Amino acid sequence: MKLRVESFTKSFGAQRVLQDVKLEFDDVHSLVLIGPSGGGKSTLLRIIAGLERPDSGNLFLNDKKVIYQERELLFHRRSVGTVFQAYNLFPHLSALQNISLPLEKVHGHSRVEAKRTAKEILDRFQLLEHAGKSPAQLSGGQRQRVAIARAISIRPKLLLFDEPTSALDPEMTAEVLDVIAELRQEGRDFVLVTHQMGFARSVADQVALLSGGRIVECGQPQQILENPNSAVTKQFLSRILKY
Amino acid sequence: MAESQTARQNGFWMSPDSSPKPASWPAILFNWIIAFLFLTLICTFAFAQLRYNWNWGVLVKYQNFFWRGWFKTLEISSISLVLSTMIGFLAAVAGRSSLLFLRALTRIYIELIRGIPLLVQVSFAFYVIADAIHFGSRLAVGIFTLSLFSGAFISEIIRGGIESVGATQLESARAVGFTKWQTYQYVILPQAVRVILPGLAGMFVSLIKDSSLLSIISIEDFTWNAQQVASLTYSNFECYVPLAFGYLVLTLPITIWIKWLEGRLHFET
Repeated sequence: MKLRVESFTKSFGAQRVLQDVKLEFDDVHSLVLIGPSGGGKSTLLRIIAGLERPDSGNLFLNDKKVIYQERELLFHRRSVGTVFQAYNLFPHLSALQNISLPLEKVHGHSRVEAKRTAKEILDRFQLLEHAGKSPAQLSGGQRQRVAIARAISIRPKLLLFDEPTSALDPEMTAEVLDVIAELRQEGRDFVLVTHQMGFARSVADQVALLSGGRIVECGQPQQILENPNSAVTKQFLSRILKY
Repeated sequence: MAESQTARQNGFWMSPDSSPKPASWPAILFNWIIAFLFLTLICTFAFAQLRYNWNWGVLVKYQNFFWRGWFKTLEISSISLVLSTMIGFLAAVAGRSSLLFLRALTRIYIELIRGIPLLVQVSFAFYVIADAIHFGSRLAVGIFTLSLFSGAFISEIIRGGIESVGATQLESARAVGFTKWQTYQYVILPQAVRVILPGLAGMFVSLIKDSSLLSIISIEDFTWNAQQVASLTYSNFECYVPLAFGYLVLTLPITIWIKWLEGRLHFET
């Protein structure tokens, strides 16, 4: 994908969360956002997802400008797939319905078609036997995999992951990261916010570190994670890799 | 010490972290019968003390009054149930509108209606408002006032239900691309209903009983008819007994129906 962020600024009340954030990639499949909590990475991701509006700045996705007006944003959100930390799924619907309902109601598939697509995708993620279960009956890892399946089912032009594993234990984390790594292999475009540095390194084309609402450093994962230029990055990495 | 602790565990008060233990159905049935007999005993005793010449004959003689009234109450209640739920839902949604005017309007509506006795509202609606616009249908005014009254309470119940749906769910709905109404239809309401139903059952039961107040603008409902018979025959008590049962026959099915719905809509979170 071609991604250009032109000086995003965003405040919540008196608090400035993003300040003059700029990014430009001509061809990137996977962009990973890292940085300390409160550094602005989730906000940046949410603006890209169309869930939040920037106070100023522009976003170009594949040379197309994203218009931050409610009507246009609705269509923008429908064209990307977003996965959150947790509670992605609708608890009153089965795993299958969680996928098929948006296909049917938002993307205009027929009921039969939506069910079939949902089943195919669940099958691909080895979740077909859980199709009829409600989210409460699934493990945390299974829930996140269903959420990813739902995000993919709409054939999004871009996937957005906001700390998809931070509510999971290590085993379930691995199960979810495997799926994301697989999507990377397929060459799907995504932006990922994570605290898993090892994983960031293995799937990222580009890594951007946000701190204090600014992009501190951006580049190849090897460079950022092994030979950081900025003192902030060094400090962040030493703290996170300490234990 | 140990003894008092067991007593506390098994006794009258339930500790907040435990729910009642499931019981076998014969035990349940047995206890229901005992409880029922216990209450019957008290009533029997009270009525036995009463020195009163019962004249049940009037009920048979004037049964047409009761039937007519009961069906009128059924009609009023059914229409008001539907209408008040619609009003309640609209007010709940309007109360969350982004238009400040709409929010203010709903707030005033709810607080006024909830704070003023229905008796006052009914008389005011019929003798002042309906009269001013030359609208003569008592029944329509009555049903509308009753629905407006219940709707105010129902809207608060629905608002509570809507607000019980977490912000993360709304976010998911937005991310998936649902429109505002689709979010209500497919995400908020199905989840809110669980929270809404118990309160709604109580409200529906109140509404049916409150319909008896419409007799003050001479709507010929169940209560009005019973009062007519009572004053014609000087038999107050005899007339109030069918009144009690007649309302129970209407309210109990509502309670049972909603309990059943609650069970059907149960899902874990």
